[in-house]
Amino acid sequence: MAEHRHKRSLSEPEARVKALEELLVGKGLIDPATIDAVIDYYENKVGPRNGASVVARAWVDPGYKARLMEDASAAIAELGYSGAEGENMIVVENTEGVHNMVVCTLCSCYPWPVLGLPPVWYKAGPYRSRAVIEPRGVLEEFGVELAGDVEVRVWDSSAEVRYLVLPQQPAESDGKSEDELAAMVTRDGMIGTALV
Amino acid sequence: MNSIHDMGGMHNFGPVNPELNEPIFHAPWEKRAFGLWLLCYDVMNFSEDESRGGVEHTPPDEYLSANYYERVLGLLERIGVEKGTLTDAEIEAVQAGTWKAPANVTLSNDATRPGEVEPAMQEGGTKYRPDFATPALFSVGDTIVTKNINPVTHTRLPRYARAKRGEIVMDHGPYVFPDVNALCQGEDPKRLYCVRFEAHELWGADTPARDCVYLDLFEPYLERA
Repeated sequence: MAEHRHKRSLSEPEARVKALEELLVGKGLIDPATIDAVIDYYENKVGPRNGASVVARAWVDPGYKARLMEDASAAIAELGYSGAEGENMIVVENTEGVHNMVVCTLCSCYPWPVLGLPPVWYKAGPYRSRAVIEPRGVLEEFGVELAGDVEVRVWDSSAEVRYLVLPQQPAESDGKSEDELAAMVTRDGMIGTALV
Repeated sequence: MNSIHDMGGMHNFGPVNPELNEPIFHAPWEKRAFGLWLLCYDVMNFSEDESRGGVEHTPPDEYLSANYYERVLGLLERIGVEKGTLTDAEIEAVQAGTWKAPANVTLSNDATRPGEVEPAMQEGGTKYRPDFATPALFSVGDTIVTKNINPVTHTRLPRYARAKRGEIVMDHGPYVFPDVNALCQGEDPKRLYCVRFEAHELWGADTPARDCVYLDLFEPYLERA
């Protein structure tokens, strides 16, 4: 029986990435176990739970909130979150009169240490094109309808500052513990495409 | 560069369509591409600005038909050859299954070890350059007009915000200037400002009067109004 060898199309990304890894590992430039460590870090160590704990702390601790609004990078680092794609953070606060939402129209800048890696929709054309020109239409698709007198502020992360939205604390959450509050905070609430 | 990556204000992309319970990666190869990408900054010796500029050079039809990690993969193949880490012949050979790794190669001393990943990611690499203090041309509260520029190279002034009036609301201080750094011509730090633009100014009178867009813009993009 002739040996059948499955040949993949060269354009297939799986084959291309395997080829690239084979080359870089074969040349002694990359340790494949280090690739595993990068993946593990972004799958398991960072994500929106980090940001949620920042938000919950700000809700229960006015001193922390003041530091967060004054120097977000330092206040976020107090909780142990820092680094790549979040070196220079600014937190913007939702209030009765102001709703904030964050986009990167030019690529997909996103505050990794507090939110992890961005969802596909954040990196794709519909959100990137529309968030700046029709934020209220985008918000409606996410189920958020804002009164006409609410000011919508869209933050287009066009440079190295990364923005995190501090959602309004839900009225019914008074008396909940910090952990219970953190569990209520969603990723989209911190991008500004959802209310909490 | 006026290309498809500069999407702000375009029509016709359709609904946002968020995926419920979206996984962090959608295929094992996406994970490998992501991990390779982060490690290749050091291995191939390129900056984030070169990375962004490189992705922008993806032809528009390819950019739109590729997913995010396919664009990353294309970038690494191109920039790896540009930087001399790889050759086109090697890429062709390995994809054809005929590439033989050089004998007796051991892992480079410069290669990042698994245990170094977490500290390196937590450290990051700020592009804030506080020591590069130059007098600020603008102050918070100033009205500015963005320049009408159309460079064929990397810039962080989106098309929709060119030749528009806005108000300086924050002075972030000096940062590495991507327009120059992407060309490997040095960091050339410039002062970075947060500028508030009214929706009316950007999109016309039909937009809600209370809405606005904030952009972080470098001093060379701005002129006094």
